[in-house]
Amino acid sequence: MSNTDQLSAAELLKESISASSRRRAFRMFLDRQAKFFVASGGIFVIVVLMLIFFYLFYVTLPLFKSAKIEDKGRYSSLTKADESTLWLGLDETGTVGTRILSSGKAFFFNTADGSIIREESLPLSGNQQITAFSADGSRSGNMAVAFSDGKALIFSCEYNVSYDKKGARVVSPSIQYPFGETQIELNAEGNAINLMAYRAREDEAAIAYTFDGNIAIAEVKKETAFLSDAVETKTEITRLETQSKADFIVMNQGISKLLLTEKSGQSQLFNIRDLTAPVLAEEINLSRNGKKITAIQILSGGESFITGYEDGTLAQWFEVSDDNNKKHLTYIREFRANNAPILNVTAEDGRKCFYSIDQSGLMAVYHSTAHRLVTTKQLSAASKIGLSPRADYMLEDRDGQTGFYALHNEHPDISWSYLWGKVWYENYKEPAYIWQSSAANDDFEAKLSLVPITFGTFKAAFYSLLFAVPIAVFGAIYAAYFMAPSMRAFVKPTIEIMGALPTVILGFLAGLWLAPYVEQNVPGLICVIFGLFPVFVLTSFLWSHLPETFKQKIPEGLEAVILIPIIMFGTYWFLSFGPILEKFLFAGDFRAWVTYSLGIPFDQRNSIIVGIAMGIAVIPTIFTIAEDAIFGVPGHLSQGSLALGATQWQTLVRVVLPTASPGIFSAIMMGLGRAVGETMIVLMATGNTPVMDFNVFQGLRTLSANIAVEMAEAEVNSTHFRVLFLSGLVLFSLTFIFNTAAEVIRHRLRKKYSSI
Amino acid sequence: MNTWYKSGMPWVWMSAGSVGICIALVIGMLFLIATKGLVYFWPKKVIEAVYKQPGSEPVKIIGEIYDEEKVSVNKLEHIKNILPSTTQEIVRYRIKTGNREVQPDFKIVEAPFLSELTTPRDIVMLERREWGNAYGRIKEVLHNGSVVATGSEAWQEFSRRVEKQKVLFDQITEIEKDEISSINYYRDKNKFRFKKLELNGDKDQAKLDKIKKDQDELDIRFNAAIQKLSALQKQFNEDSFVFELAGGKTLTLPFSKVIGGYRPNEMGLIARIWFYIEKFFAFLSDVPREANTEGGVFPCIFGTVMMVFIMSILVTPLGIIAALYLREYAKQGPLTQLIRIAVNNLAGVPSIVYGVFGLGFFVYTVGGSIDTIFYPEVLPRPTFGSPGLLWSSITLAILTLPVVIVSTEEGLTRIPRAIREGSLALGATKAETLWRTVMPIASPAMMTGLILAVARAAGEVAPLMLVGVVKLAPDLPVDANFPFMHLERKFMHLGFHIYDVGFQSPNIEAARPIVYATAFLLVAIIIFLNLAAIMIRNRLREQYKFNEG
Repeated sequence: MSNTDQLSAAELLKESISASSRRRAFRMFLDRQAKFFVASGGIFVIVVLMLIFFYLFYVTLPLFKSAKIEDKGRYSSLTKADESTLWLGLDETGTVGTRILSSGKAFFFNTADGSIIREESLPLSGNQQITAFSADGSRSGNMAVAFSDGKALIFSCEYNVSYDKKGARVVSPSIQYPFGETQIELNAEGNAINLMAYRAREDEAAIAYTFDGNIAIAEVKKETAFLSDAVETKTEITRLETQSKADFIVMNQGISKLLLTEKSGQSQLFNIRDLTAPVLAEEINLSRNGKKITAIQILSGGESFITGYEDGTLAQWFEVSDDNNKKHLTYIREFRANNAPILNVTAEDGRKCFYSIDQSGLMAVYHSTAHRLVTTKQLSAASKIGLSPRADYMLEDRDGQTGFYALHNEHPDISWSYLWGKVWYENYKEPAYIWQSSAANDDFEAKLSLVPITFGTFKAAFYSLLFAVPIAVFGAIYAAYFMAPSMRAFVKPTIEIMGALPTVILGFLAGLWLAPYVEQNVPGLICVIFGLFPVFVLTSFLWSHLPETFKQKIPEGLEAVILIPIIMFGTYWFLSFGPILEKFLFAGDFRAWVTYSLGIPFDQRNSIIVGIAMGIAVIPTIFTIAEDAIFGVPGHLSQGSLALGATQWQTLVRVVLPTASPGIFSAIMMGLGRAVGETMIVLMATGNTPVMDFNVFQGLRTLSANIAVEMAEAEVNSTHFRVLFLSGLVLFSLTFIFNTAAEVIRHRLRKKYSSI
Repeated sequence: MNTWYKSGMPWVWMSAGSVGICIALVIGMLFLIATKGLVYFWPKKVIEAVYKQPGSEPVKIIGEIYDEEKVSVNKLEHIKNILPSTTQEIVRYRIKTGNREVQPDFKIVEAPFLSELTTPRDIVMLERREWGNAYGRIKEVLHNGSVVATGSEAWQEFSRRVEKQKVLFDQITEIEKDEISSINYYRDKNKFRFKKLELNGDKDQAKLDKIKKDQDELDIRFNAAIQKLSALQKQFNEDSFVFELAGGKTLTLPFSKVIGGYRPNEMGLIARIWFYIEKFFAFLSDVPREANTEGGVFPCIFGTVMMVFIMSILVTPLGIIAALYLREYAKQGPLTQLIRIAVNNLAGVPSIVYGVFGLGFFVYTVGGSIDTIFYPEVLPRPTFGSPGLLWSSITLAILTLPVVIVSTEEGLTRIPRAIREGSLALGATKAETLWRTVMPIASPAMMTGLILAVARAAGEVAPLMLVGVVKLAPDLPVDANFPFMHLERKFMHLGFHIYDVGFQSPNIEAARPIVYATAFLLVAIIIFLNLAAIMIRNRLREQYKFNEG
């Protein structure tokens, strides 16, 4: 019996041991699982937080990557030895290429393998030879040829797109004659045309050309016959009165400027707004350092000329108004990739990019406004290139071979110097920092300098710190060192609430209530700012003369409470004193006085408003951290000082503040970080004008407000979109630097406190 | 004097003044918002007066005195010479004259030119669905164009019919908002079901028939609803009344455009208080009208709460796990310290940067991918690939993560080592120690973190402008249509409402009171949350004193 009992007890024990070991194993398993779960979760969260920086970086990176030129194919161009390529082009999608030959033939071919899709011949008569050629760079595929007998022909390459039954895209190319197939007579005597520049508008075209040492302009007008569809053209020829022996002639796309240039650089710029009465606008030498001009081209937009020189440099020129509003063709900037003479320059349509080929066969791609060499590619001196309308594909002809390339060049228009330096934009008198991302008209060039908005960011931060730092630091000193504990329990939460107030509330009060009020009461406000502190001193003086018996009834450290009614009455009194001051000093209208007597623009939503509103947002940050630093100063330091007979204030200034000063500095850095990144307040309390002016009475635009205003309308992955991301990254970096600096200083301070 | 200066007392008082300024600023601001926001609902007296500017005909005006200001005569060049030369400044009233369809909403009048100021008891203030308030007198009530009541009976008849119309209006909105919008929602769904089949090359006749059947059913329901609606609408448009404006001009207004009519000058104190409460609740529960410048803010409250709610669900576990990892599991070395500093710093990164990140990463990258994978049939219309509630919540969750992490970590550090060691010594595993002893003690700290996160999220506007907030969302993110929660929808938000109405609306002057009221609401919510956080934290500190002692 007892035996069995013992047995069962042993079994029970064994069982319970095995059960508890099973349980322990399970608990250990749970423990490991928990560790794994928490660790992976924690790391996930930290990775997500770090992702922000990398993602912003990832989006902005394409802005600074140089362009890529990708080889897509190379095949025979099927030209005979005596034929040369006049022009190369592609359709929108880069599937069909076009080659116009000097023999007057046109080939349309598949760009992938070079197989001919269609072949056409220009209607040449008898023994006509093509002696001059010009393409209108701003209307893709639109061009003109001129012949040895003084005649010319205008034609264009059209790509009709249709879809077959399967829904596949079919491009059917053809040559069209917008001004009819009849040739235009440019020279009745039948002299050969040597050089020509051609541009077209809706129903008219202009051809400037040279023949036998003369230069003339032809205005070609289309007149559709009344009953039939037949196209008739009317040509009016005007000879230019000039001695120029032009080696290059260029016309802009608006048909208003004509530039005649000799190799020596000697140039004449004509105003040809009226084609029948050209006016010589300016005579200028475009040569630089005595170098000869070897190529010339006009950029998209029709304002800038690019000249190529024999030493491999290129220069940009455009007209700049002088003080008398007279325009002069002015040298703007220089580009260089190599030393060999420039052979030709091709301009992109729509963007300010251009492609130069030099004697060594190097093709260089530049962006004019960004002053940037985007990429280079070794071709040959004999290369002739053609671009697709959106400049994403390129064809190249050389020595009977055709190369087909894809261009990956999404953001040529951004460079470091463009974002952060002064840029000389077309139609501007001088280089400037400008942020102007959009405008009503189409051929507008975005101006994306980050300088004005960064300036605005710091301007707003400066004025708000100017307001916040004295109040917050003095306040922190008082709260940490003099204030009664009972009051501390009330003041600290109040300051925390102040810090938690949504900035949209501060911004809306600033924009809708404070701004109109301040506009009417600037002198009063100035009185408040400069008057309140003397009032405190006065109160202190009066207080020190109160009878001791009365003073003893009021506990120490309640000065702030006593001062609150004084602040309120003081503010009220100063504000009502303002109009009187205004009347005597500023003829009753401060705003008018600022605008007319000082000549400073006065905005209703100006930097004063931002300074105050953002100051209120920043005060709690500075206050809390500074107070922490001062409060944390070890007690024995001040006690020692007091014991040696120093007054409270002496102890504070000589002992406590020097010890806590890094902490106060770190508090101000944190405040700066907050002020730099604040969005809603500046968005609502300023006019958001990106001006570069330190004037207090003017508005500003900050990086953050700029993002808030423009992000919604920026096209995804466009340059504008990425630049906005970049400004986000700048903002991120700025605040990260300020905060880290502050954090490191505070960390050191804490160590120091624990060691003394 | 000298001893006074040497004692440093002037400096002490100056620093005391700085604290005073801070407190005065906070109290002043809150006072300003509260008075301006709360006064909006109080029925003001409507005045009737004659305004005669020298050199022009006298005009009769009826309206509320909206605000008044003292203006120095020097700034009023055009009337300076007419006033007696002794006048230094005059009072200028801004009077809300209403009746926006016939005259400007506001009229600025100089007090010296105002005469015969009275507050007649029979003046009616009409609250309308369009064109804002109207002030005047009810002359006649019409039914289908024929006069039902005139004279003194008109007002009673008017009040009766307004009540009746309210019931009708509710019925109509119910049909429009619930039935018809629901039918349209499912019709839309059906269309995309069909398109999806097409895209997948699915030619299953049964499925096609099902769609067709559903479509027919919906069409029948739609027609029925439309019929019901038009019957109601006919009844709704039957009644009208003749309204006399200041100066005797009369308008015939349909009841369908009127929300209510009041005689503020007739109201006693009780009636006023009742009116006030009624208006305040209407403000909380109504939808906005007239480009957000009138009506209530219910969708904004709903949107804010919804967004904060989803954000809390996301941020609480993530933040706590991250803090637990950093404090309890990670090896305490320079790397952990670096991560801690980085997380601390992220709390100081501008909110707009989070917005930019949210837009680029969540909306365009993640949302765009979701659309191409799960909703190809709806493309190119984006579903998750455009800003919406879900992305806003996630963005704000990331924004507030550092707050929760920092707060929880602080709570964890404060726990005395003895508690942990005691638990481990008794044989508990680390996970059990954390779960049973550490976490419960740290829970108030987590709570504080969460409340601070919620307060921050509720007041944050800048990032939301990029990732999902709109000025007017046609539908709430939650409704009776399957799947009930529509996280991809855009939503309205109290903070953005303030910005939008205050700065982007066409009639800022008229919208100003509603902006103040909304601001008051938002401030009240945020102060409440912060005070709660502060109180919990203080209680927590007390508890530790006990533990340590």
